[in-house]
Amino acid sequence: MQRQPFENENNQPMLNTLANRRQFLGRASGGLGMTALACLLRAEESQSTGLMPGIEGGLHFPARAKRVIFLCMAGGPSHLESFDYKPKLAEMHGKPMPETYTTNQPIAQLQGQKLICQQPMIPFQKHGDSGIEISDVFPHIGKMADELCVIKSMHTDQINHDPAHTVMNTGTSISGRPSMGSWVTYGLGSVASDLPGFVVLTSKGGRNPQPIATRQWHSGFLPGRYQGVQFHSAGSPVYYVQNPAGVSKDLQGQVIDTVNKLNGLRNRKVKNPDISTRIKQYELAFQMQDSVPQLMDIADESQATLDLYGVTKADGSFAYNCLLARRMAEQGVRFIQLYHRGWDHHNDLVKYMGICGGLCDQATAALIQDLKQRDMLKDTLIIWGGEFGRTPMAQTNKGAVGRDHHMRAFSMFMAGGGVKGGTTYGNTDELGYDAVEHPVHVNDLHATMLHLLGLQHDRLTIRYQGRDFRLTDIAGEVIQDIIA
Amino acid sequence: MKLFDRKNLVLVCSLLLVAKSNASADEVQFNRDIRPILANHCFACHGPDAAQREAELRLDLESAAKADRDPKVIVAHNAKSSELTTRINSADHDLVMPPIEFEKPLSTKQKALLTQWIEQGAPWDDHWAFVSPTSPPLPTVKQEWVNNAVDQFVVTRMRELNNDLRPSPIASRVTLIRRLSFDLRGLPPTMEEVAGFVASGDYESVVDAMLASEQFGERLGMYWLDLVRYADSGGYHSDVSIHISPYRDYVIQAFNENMPFDQFTREQLAGDLLPNPTQRQIIATGYNRLNKTTEEGGAQPGEYLTKYAADRVRTTSGTWLGLTLGCCECHDHKYDPFTTKDFYRFVACFADIEEKGVYGGSKRDPEIKVATAPQAKQLAKLEKQLALLQSQVKDATQGEAVQKQIDVIKEQRTAIEKQFVRTMITRSVEPTVIRVLPRGDWLNSSGAVVDPGVPEHFGKETSPREQRFTRLDLANWIVAKENPLTSRVFVNRLWKMFFGRGLSSRLDDLGIQGEWPTHPALLDYLSVRFVDSGWNVKQIIKLIVMSRTYQQSSTLRPMDISADPINLYFARQSRWRLEAEFIRDNILSVSGLLDLTIGGPSVFPYQPSGYWRYLNFPTRTWKSDSGTSQYRRGLYTHWQRTLVHPAMLALDAPTREECTAMRSISNTPAAALTLLNDPTFVEAARALAARAVQLGGERENDKIRWLFLQVLSRPDTQQERGAVVQILKTAREHYTDDPQAAVQLQTNGLFKLESTVDVIEVSAWTMVCRVVLNLSETITRN
Repeated sequence: MQRQPFENENNQPMLNTLANRRQFLGRASGGLGMTALACLLRAEESQSTGLMPGIEGGLHFPARAKRVIFLCMAGGPSHLESFDYKPKLAEMHGKPMPETYTTNQPIAQLQGQKLICQQPMIPFQKHGDSGIEISDVFPHIGKMADELCVIKSMHTDQINHDPAHTVMNTGTSISGRPSMGSWVTYGLGSVASDLPGFVVLTSKGGRNPQPIATRQWHSGFLPGRYQGVQFHSAGSPVYYVQNPAGVSKDLQGQVIDTVNKLNGLRNRKVKNPDISTRIKQYELAFQMQDSVPQLMDIADESQATLDLYGVTKADGSFAYNCLLARRMAEQGVRFIQLYHRGWDHHNDLVKYMGICGGLCDQATAALIQDLKQRDMLKDTLIIWGGEFGRTPMAQTNKGAVGRDHHMRAFSMFMAGGGVKGGTTYGNTDELGYDAVEHPVHVNDLHATMLHLLGLQHDRLTIRYQGRDFRLTDIAGEVIQDIIA
Repeated sequence: MKLFDRKNLVLVCSLLLVAKSNASADEVQFNRDIRPILANHCFACHGPDAAQREAELRLDLESAAKADRDPKVIVAHNAKSSELTTRINSADHDLVMPPIEFEKPLSTKQKALLTQWIEQGAPWDDHWAFVSPTSPPLPTVKQEWVNNAVDQFVVTRMRELNNDLRPSPIASRVTLIRRLSFDLRGLPPTMEEVAGFVASGDYESVVDAMLASEQFGERLGMYWLDLVRYADSGGYHSDVSIHISPYRDYVIQAFNENMPFDQFTREQLAGDLLPNPTQRQIIATGYNRLNKTTEEGGAQPGEYLTKYAADRVRTTSGTWLGLTLGCCECHDHKYDPFTTKDFYRFVACFADIEEKGVYGGSKRDPEIKVATAPQAKQLAKLEKQLALLQSQVKDATQGEAVQKQIDVIKEQRTAIEKQFVRTMITRSVEPTVIRVLPRGDWLNSSGAVVDPGVPEHFGKETSPREQRFTRLDLANWIVAKENPLTSRVFVNRLWKMFFGRGLSSRLDDLGIQGEWPTHPALLDYLSVRFVDSGWNVKQIIKLIVMSRTYQQSSTLRPMDISADPINLYFARQSRWRLEAEFIRDNILSVSGLLDLTIGGPSVFPYQPSGYWRYLNFPTRTWKSDSGTSQYRRGLYTHWQRTLVHPAMLALDAPTREECTAMRSISNTPAAALTLLNDPTFVEAARALAARAVQLGGERENDKIRWLFLQVLSRPDTQQERGAVVQILKTAREHYTDDPQAAVQLQTNGLFKLESTVDVIEVSAWTMVCRVVLNLSETITRN
């Protein structure tokens, strides 16, 4: 992944990588025709099913995980009511937050308001052999405690949702950078033969959900084939995957066959490798028109499985999406990202935590358990968490008490895929304001995730605007202590 | 087998590199050969960034690199005594440079080049793009092949590379007119235009006509809008709609009127500071307001003002200068001679812009209400009528009747004026104080206050010191004759538009990490000529497209494969998939649906329902346009930054959150699904089928021939006809068996068949049209 002698019009290093060799053949060349190079392209296309990686040379380390399921709790769940129990905060309840914490710190909706300590609002229990403390919002996840590695010392750079999501997904708040799912599929490709390598599913429920931008799964300056694809449970599961009204499957197949036949005829004359690639893409598109609806149809799941997740039907719930995530994992999708939108608890935190927990707790635990019983947890990395945490200070301007956005500390957990189960890592101060012990920045989380996938974060780069860009920007340290 | 092929690939490419360096065999050139090595392997620790500098050594400045120190790093003509040579060749892990852990080792060839360069006396040049271009002498070329100066440079360079390489023949007339039409209008030529040119062969007339067409402004404008990240929504948080479409129409009009590029620049950056600015010049200043903005309740104004300022520096330096000044927000530039202070001086140039960190709702004051482009046309027409009537009313006998007409027209005028649209503008106010923000931290006010100015590397500002350096000064500096970057950047991007690759392949960075141009003399020649012509955009484009080089065939010859497989030397034309907007425009055009109205508020073509489900504060639904605005050109599509239209995204349109100088071109199943199933494409196939059935002639073969001529500007081949007849037969049987399906098919899109038409027959032809509209050839410019 070093700099190459010349680069093509898309800013990608030209020669060293499979994907770019394809571009080299297909475009910068202006077409090479029936040369050895084009043969190479075709050989690669035909021998491979699924998405080829954009880099050559294979893994940097032995991989512990083959795929990632990222459960994004959009809105920013409170760490103080989930995984980070702070008795001291109860002692300080109602007193002013010490200014030593808050002076000259960024603040969101509490701008210009009195900063008062707010005790933990939901009880915690110790779970499993490991005795990890987890709040009563998550009784099912609690049962999985010995599989979890809870990181209590997460921190990020951004205090508003949209920029903080951008940091969580791309490693920086500056827009235009590739998302982590794109980086991972760029680095590893995907073995799913007729599904995208990077899939995004969303659900909502809880407090009024925050918007979410396609930027969060955009491929930025990586090739477009590494872009995340949204799946939906209502309407067309993937945009444009359904045949137009009045066009049967057979007829659609005939149209595509004819397109490919005519493209083949043309290619004999003009010898343009772009055309060969396009023929393959049309075949794949046709396969997807079948495979996507099949994937979404859960009729073949046992009642026991449905009960485990708490799924009744294809209803777009987080539970349904978790089940789909497992189905995709089985089919080789590399990066599966689920958003649940509803965790932005500025007010009525207890009520909304209850709603969000009710929607997410059982299915999250089920996903871990189901993967485990299928012997897939060992190479599936599950990551759970929001884009930031919430203030130890109360927010009281509307309804019952809530908490404001907080970027200096929050909790996430990982499970499976080579992480140490039944552990916690790092800690916040006694009020849960700052990550003080082993602080983990989002860049560190990404570095660790890539490491578990067998990729060295500072070697997974692409040259753009004269610089080698990477997911971890200019930072990132692998957290060795949490790797099993 | 695979491995073997990979080796072959590397082999071919290394051969190419050898050929390239053999071109000027023994002469090592600093800018071409040496600086890229130093920049990529050394500057990270021995470059412009003071914070990262090791051993107090800089290799980005000649004086520092050759300074008298012990041991001397570079001793001219004496590689053996030069520490640089010793260290790059050292076997000692602790001494070798670059350090092993840096993981950027030098190749044997690079080491040899550095050694050879020192032996040659280590001649040093400023970075090529930071030195003002001077017009190079025109190379004399004997060949008759040459059309104009462009060809003289290209042919000379071709010879330098490989004496066996010859230019390609001129492309067929059909290819030429299609190429010109897509390149200059973003649209296909009509059947009549093709027939006319095939008969006349009058190439220059076609060029002139297309440069004069109103679609030229839309085509150039589309590219400009990517650079300045034009969009119809705020971009952060709820991504509300914003008011800015008159700015888009200003850009289109400016290109159509061939406004000199220096004036175009001044008006956008500082139209409000020009003497007695016109309304158009004020609309142009919408440029300064195109950054992403927020209206989120919990956002802190100071933080967002900092984001906006940085966004503006990235975009302005990227759009005009091809620089990555944004890198200096937190640290000195790693490669280019720019400092954090330079970054904040650039920020300070815009410190007088009236804006808010956090807005409320859609309004982003200051805004003004203006006529849209179509309204302006209507108003002009009314004014003309009014003037005529008013001249009549004086001496008319039937004064009362004329007065009534006048009143009617005035009412119409008032009605239009009531529908004027808002647009964001720049208003200059007391400048805010700008400080260097340590590591870009907006809460840290310990940094020094800076005055506005240009990067110090480029010398002094153009205005006297005692007056504040304004946006207008900045604009004047950008388009000053001596500015080494602006004209090169623009001309290089134009070249890409017409050849698929820039003369320097990096369009967004002409800094030290940019690419050494394949044709430095040609790039300089065009840049100087562009400035000397009075920044005449159409003239420089005409020069390029009139060249023989442009008119070459794109078909590959055996010699191309051996001598120049990736077309570095332009011995042939290139081919590429059309941009997202032009794919849409093309199919709407050939199907006869396209509405060529220019300008006005953005439009809402069909979009999958639920695509906006993630928007909130407030939630919104996309309402597809029902009238002819359903069929407007792609560049008028409502551009929602967080949720760009999915068909556009699938075809690589950017989100317009950042300055984009170069779109990628992907080839994915998502693109295939879009072209197959998006209602716009299905509807176009229906409309095209109706035309084929009605206008294509009597016999089936006539219709097929008409269809190919209409879409591809060429008749079908016999083999193609076989395949088409087959699908037509299958589809006809299918819809005869299931007439209800035919009726359903005709519900894709708003287009209504005439009642006299045979629905089953048109439906069968619709499948044929879907095939033809999905062909690679249909979406490829060659």
